[in-house]
Amino acid sequence: MIAFTIRRVLIGVAMLLAMVFVTFVLFFAPGNPAVNMCEKYCTPEKIDSISKTFGFDQPITEQFGKFMSGLVVGRDYPVNDEYRAILAEKNPELVVHCDAPCLGYSLKQTASVNELIAKKAPVTISLAIAAFVIWMTFGVLLGVIAAVFQGRLLDRALVGVTLVVYALPTFVIGTFLLQYAAIKWQIFSYPRYQTIADGGIFGWATGLLLPALTLALFYMAAYVRITRAYVLESMSEDYIRTARSKGLPERVVLFKHGLRAALTPLVSMAGLDFASLLAGAIITESVFNFQGMGLLAITANKDSDLPVLIGLVLVAGAAVIVMNIIVDVLYAYIDPRVRLSK
Amino acid sequence: MTQPFLSVENLFVHFPTVDGIVRSTDGLSYTVERGKTLGIVGESGSGKSVSSSAIMGLHRNTNAIVSGSIWLDGVDLLALSDKEMQARRGQDVAMIFQDPLSSLHPYFRVGDQIAEAYLAHNNVSKAAARKRTIDMLGRVGIPNPERRVDDYPHQFSGGMRQRVMIAMALVNDPALLIADEPTTALDVTVQAQILDLLQDLQSEFNTALLLITHDLGVIAEVADDVLVMYAGRAVEYGKAAQLLSKPAMPYTLGLTQSVPDITSSVDIPLKPIPGNPPSLLNPPPGCPFAPRCEFKHLVPDDRCTTELPLLEANGADASHLKRCHLADASVMYTQTAAAGGRK
Repeated sequence: MIAFTIRRVLIGVAMLLAMVFVTFVLFFAPGNPAVNMCEKYCTPEKIDSISKTFGFDQPITEQFGKFMSGLVVGRDYPVNDEYRAILAEKNPELVVHCDAPCLGYSLKQTASVNELIAKKAPVTISLAIAAFVIWMTFGVLLGVIAAVFQGRLLDRALVGVTLVVYALPTFVIGTFLLQYAAIKWQIFSYPRYQTIADGGIFGWATGLLLPALTLALFYMAAYVRITRAYVLESMSEDYIRTARSKGLPERVVLFKHGLRAALTPLVSMAGLDFASLLAGAIITESVFNFQGMGLLAITANKDSDLPVLIGLVLVAGAAVIVMNIIVDVLYAYIDPRVRLSK
Repeated sequence: MTQPFLSVENLFVHFPTVDGIVRSTDGLSYTVERGKTLGIVGESGSGKSVSSSAIMGLHRNTNAIVSGSIWLDGVDLLALSDKEMQARRGQDVAMIFQDPLSSLHPYFRVGDQIAEAYLAHNNVSKAAARKRTIDMLGRVGIPNPERRVDDYPHQFSGGMRQRVMIAMALVNDPALLIADEPTTALDVTVQAQILDLLQDLQSEFNTALLLITHDLGVIAEVADDVLVMYAGRAVEYGKAAQLLSKPAMPYTLGLTQSVPDITSSVDIPLKPIPGNPPSLLNPPPGCPFAPRCEFKHLVPDDRCTTELPLLEANGADASHLKRCHLADASVMYTQTAAAGGRK
């Protein structure tokens, strides 16, 4: 088990390195990134200054080397040593040090990418966790109910409703919940992000409820149908017949023997879906004006703020890889057959 | 006359489908005594497994219609409530299935799966259940049961897995054991071991054994009585030795002739039964085997295709029943011999 975990972690680290390299090449190699970042009213001087600030004037291999060493030991901006020396005399506030693991520096927001992400991440992570709890609880529960009542009215109703919910765009559900549930009918408190330190667990949770529900409804719709399918499949297996013929109560047959097997594929899906939410829920954050990583990505994209974008991509990719490792290890814990295979 | 231990009377198992009713078991009756073995033979879809699952109460009333009566030790199992049947399942009646790999839950340790069956019917501690489990694993011939009790099903070989299934089925000392093709998924040497084990345990526990198989060799070795099923009905029923050596019905004869004999020359081809079993959806009138029967012309007036024969005594022998219009079965042998067939 330990060897299995170590192996997965090592593979994860290798994947992380490959991802950093590919992302870096994709973002900084084509064309002149300084021109792309320069936007309107661009002058040759401005391009030159951006180039020197981010080191685009150096060969791509050297840029990558500095990027990597920045991740490990931190780095100084502007990257070009001469330019930095000149600026240090003229404009010392423009010379900044970015601590390890340095993802980059945003000229637009005059802050390191790490600071920007660290400020937004709690919002996004809170939202992802709250949505995950809602959709897993109700998705699996309703899925099992649909499977138990297979072909009956309740099953058809559940499957039909989830199909409609699944088809509705997130901004429609989000806007509806905001306008009606929160503002007009005032069933829920107006959604706003509160840290646990400020509002306590309760304040944190109630503030998150509507945006989390918006996100969760979409995933829930999918999970109801998937859980239903997996439970039906596992309940038709031979070992279920064995469990029944032992004289076990139907409740034990369903929840212990049936659901156990159905949960295995759900775990791997849930891990990846959760990871994708960690990159930021762009639409939901926009609708509810939650200052998370999704909104940060929109701003950075609008401003052609390449360092922030590459930082976000790396964080999102790392989240997927880490969740993948967690899922693999969990999988081995759930399914004894995986544990022993090489 | 005392009542037999297990008596299945006029059992019907019908499955309503959109195309009509599938008559998987149509008026089946048989009896088994304690310590005895009844072999049920027939090809796929003849209703062997479906009728036996009815004894276990494994058919769900949402998709199957079960009627008739199944008397086990004086109690009609079909008249019991779901809850009462659940208490007997695994306790009085237990079942072993064909494929031990898919029949064991892949995520649970074998010991836990066996102990679960014991705990479901006995109010004992987990430690006691575990002790009983290890004891059972040892009795079915699994080496190092104290260690293997914590292994998972995939860590066992096919034969060992079937031993685990047998241990699970026998953990509550059931009075009736149903073995649904227990050796089909195993290779030949392991088959023999499993059959020996079943017989040993049967005599030890004095269990009534219902052995479902399509392997006549297994039947000949193990069964006291044989019931031959075709299209959901019993077509021949009698003592194993007599029924297999002198079948009184063309289908049984066909079955015995389609088994290779190790002593006969390889040049003589096997004689399969031509055609396919009839649909259970709209069974043809008359004898269900008539379309494939090579002797039906010996019966006058086309009775084979118009009139269902009754299950009745073969000549004067009341212990040997057959469902066939041929009054004298011996004509089958003279005709087969004349045609140069085997045996």
